[in-house]
Amino acid sequence: MAEEMRLVLRNLGKIDPLKIDDYLAAGGFNSLKKALGMNKSDLIQEIKDSKLRGRGGAGFNCGSKWNFAAQAQADQKYVICNADEGEPGTYKDRLILENDPHALLEGMAICAHAIGASQGFIYCRGEYPAAAEILKEAIAQAKDKGVLGDFDVEVRLGAGAYVCGEETALIESIEGKPGEPRIKPPFPPVSGLWGKPTIVNNVETFVNIPLILEKGAAWYAAIGSPSYPGTKVLTLSGDVVHKTFFEVPTTTTVREVIYGLGGGLTAGKQLKAVQIGGTSGAFIPADQLDTAIGFDELSAIGAVLGSGAVFVLNESRDLADVTARIAKFFAHESCGKCTPCREGTARMSDILDKINNGQGKAADLALLSRLGRVMSCSSFCGLGQAAPSPLMSALKHFPADYEARLN
Amino acid sequence: MPNITIDGIKVAVPEGSTILQAAQEAGVNIPTLCHHPDQSVKANCRICVCEVAGSNLLQAACSQPATEGMNVKTRSPKVLEARKTILELILANHPQDCLNCLRNENCELQSLAAEYCIRDNPFELKVRGLGKDLSTPALFRDPDKCVLCRRCIEACSVIQTVNALGIEYRGQKAMVVPTLGKNLIDSPCIMCGQCIHACPVGAIGEIEEIDELLAAIADPETVVVTQIAPAVRLALGEEVGMPTGDLPMDVLVAGLRQIGFDHVLHTNFTADLTIMEEGHELLKRLKEGGKLPMFTSCSPGWTSFCETFFPDLLDNLSTCKSPQQMFGALVKTYWADKMNIPASKIFSVSIMPCTAKKYEASRPEMQSSGFRDVDLVLTTREIGRLFRMSGLDFEKLAPADFSPWMSKYTGAGVIFGASGGVMEAALRTVYEVVTGETLADVNFTAVRGFEGIKEATVNLKGTEVKVAIAHGLGNARKVMEQVRAGESPYHFIEIMACPGGCIGGGGQPITKTNKKRLERIQAVYEEDQACAVRKSHLNTEVQELYKDFLHEPLGHKSHELLHTHYQAKDKKFL
Repeated sequence: MAEEMRLVLRNLGKIDPLKIDDYLAAGGFNSLKKALGMNKSDLIQEIKDSKLRGRGGAGFNCGSKWNFAAQAQADQKYVICNADEGEPGTYKDRLILENDPHALLEGMAICAHAIGASQGFIYCRGEYPAAAEILKEAIAQAKDKGVLGDFDVEVRLGAGAYVCGEETALIESIEGKPGEPRIKPPFPPVSGLWGKPTIVNNVETFVNIPLILEKGAAWYAAIGSPSYPGTKVLTLSGDVVHKTFFEVPTTTTVREVIYGLGGGLTAGKQLKAVQIGGTSGAFIPADQLDTAIGFDELSAIGAVLGSGAVFVLNESRDLADVTARIAKFFAHESCGKCTPCREGTARMSDILDKINNGQGKAADLALLSRLGRVMSCSSFCGLGQAAPSPLMSALKHFPADYEARLN
Repeated sequence: MPNITIDGIKVAVPEGSTILQAAQEAGVNIPTLCHHPDQSVKANCRICVCEVAGSNLLQAACSQPATEGMNVKTRSPKVLEARKTILELILANHPQDCLNCLRNENCELQSLAAEYCIRDNPFELKVRGLGKDLSTPALFRDPDKCVLCRRCIEACSVIQTVNALGIEYRGQKAMVVPTLGKNLIDSPCIMCGQCIHACPVGAIGEIEEIDELLAAIADPETVVVTQIAPAVRLALGEEVGMPTGDLPMDVLVAGLRQIGFDHVLHTNFTADLTIMEEGHELLKRLKEGGKLPMFTSCSPGWTSFCETFFPDLLDNLSTCKSPQQMFGALVKTYWADKMNIPASKIFSVSIMPCTAKKYEASRPEMQSSGFRDVDLVLTTREIGRLFRMSGLDFEKLAPADFSPWMSKYTGAGVIFGASGGVMEAALRTVYEVVTGETLADVNFTAVRGFEGIKEATVNLKGTEVKVAIAHGLGNARKVMEQVRAGESPYHFIEIMACPGGCIGGGGQPITKTNKKRLERIQAVYEEDQACAVRKSHLNTEVQELYKDFLHEPLGHKSHELLHTHYQAKDKKFL
């Protein structure tokens, strides 16, 4: 039986997020003190040794990323927290922002020290005004107490564009420009906000940092999957009994999450598929439920860990219907910069509508497959590259749902 | 020097090269659409994607750096599938009316569609139906044809700093719009037409007025007279398949007569006249403490820019009309009298390398002759089309002469076509007028070339005159900010709206690169070099004009016909 392990959510329900003294009493900011006393390269080595990988979806080694920015020579560097949690079905960052804002500030301040930055930004999802207010209050209290030293943090609110979760689009947005991704390379650790070396990490990533310093890299690296150690906060939705959040080690299987912690499916129904990682995640069929919710384990079956959203579909659900709604979402959220994503997302939505209206032909399924292949390998950024995966996985595992609608 | 392999061909390229540059080095052709050799890398069309060993993702050749040991495939099945699909996606939104398009046979998308054998597009044709913007007298926009490459935006906002164009909306609703979605006429657009050269398709073009010309020619009562701007001849050859500069002037005149022009004259004549007026205006300002630095006023894109963005500096603009408008005012007065043709019967056409000239001719104050001074402005491209329509063989055409009184010109008039030319022409005349001496060398090479801002100092009998030349409005803006701040050291500044000057004008044959502009500049100075007379004040027809009609530079008649005023543009977006 899988059990929860609350590392990231260690203070949830235990402290008052609006009282910095609560956080201090729980040992808060001790890790920052420790970090400030450490040599920067030792500090980065500690993070590398923990094998912590980014929780935003790309899974890049956190210490290595920091190292690029630390090595870069510049008069100014920036630390940005990506709190633009726009992935449907995901609210794990919001849990942290609203319940443990100081842990985030502490993680960011440690990063700032490691790379030599004095300014930070928290790019908060526009639909999270309450979280933004809590963050502002937390920053004010931290400044008041002087716990952040010379590290300054500001909150920036997004305006609702999904693509701003992509780190370079997020940077463009902070600079006051339309949220569109930048050409990479250069990557943000070399040239990011206003052309300066910049670390962009997810909320969940930053909140792991104080813990790693407190308990040591070896302790952290031993938790969960060896290639993606630690825990993952999961948010369950769909046809599952417990539509709530859980934090589990990354060795926990999808089956344990759904049937153990999640309490199984509602109304005694059978599982048809589960989509993990958010709207751009692949659909996983019932025979692959014993896959662990580790980054590489899910990649190996063509799925993603992504944001940690777990969307459960029972036997009555029709994937042709579900993927048509998803396609509409991406057509709406494509920024319009590159051809494959701008035109591809819209065409994918159109063709799925046509199939669902009973006007599709077998050739339309072939066209969807070709379109998905091309979008995933030739789009400018992760949005267009990932947008076809729900459909591609559904066509692979549940072709009957589509074939039944053909004319 | 990274060593990379492209389609099995090994090539060493300079550090910082892209795959696209490496492929050019290796002799491998990679298709592009949003890429422009003189602009920043955009990587948004994705036509140039290639397979790079070790990555599942295809990489855009235009943006991906070539790194040591990289192995690139540019024509694998995966690459071809992606390119073809991307083209089909673009074409599925694109009006399928190539036959009616201004850019038929000169369109990058059309060429790609042909190269990639696009036949039965599996994506349903869905043209957006946004309709054309015909709000300006010079340019139209056809956003339905736009492929969103954003090259026009860079031309307008980065190169020209006019910022009339931008992206609005996102996803499939994304479109290039004039400021805040207004019509082009309500944006800061100064109609320079540089966006036309940047556009790979027919989404922006000149307002075509060929039919208006043909109607005038068809009317037996109308005397159709034309002037040809200095930058036209050398580029017009390009439109009829000749190398830049190779179309002889007398053959061009013969061609225009074949088309049906009754009289062919030359704007170079009024270019020389402009030097007489503007040179004396400068001397007057220097002597009487007038507003300095004085700016040239030949380029209507530039004068509109000044009226729009620097209305506080309008007094610095020379009051001289452009050569086109001086010509227009004289052809229906002085020339009509000389030729004994009633001005009312004259249809005055100008052939220009410029789109802004269409606007300039339509300005309400440009009616000094009592009629509209210039009835119709045709661009080099439109004349090129007329020539193709006429079926003329320029290799076999017998040379013909200009009509008299307003067609003689000097090398000084010729060089108006290149950035620095007006300045050089002015210096040739001003120097001799002030010093009374003959210039030992008429070549002021410091003011020539493609450098964005050029400067020189000339000693006029002990007075140091400092001059500057800027071409492209981004460069002009830098010079103007200096003037506005009161920090400009110059007495006289030549500004041309278009990069390279008129040879790179918005009405010239579609000009993809600055390399082509440089070729044309070369041709301009070769023509100047070949002229027997190279100083405006030695133009005998201009001398006769003063003797018989104007009497003196800046005189009463000149004031009435050859000088103008400017007006701040009341644009609310500023």
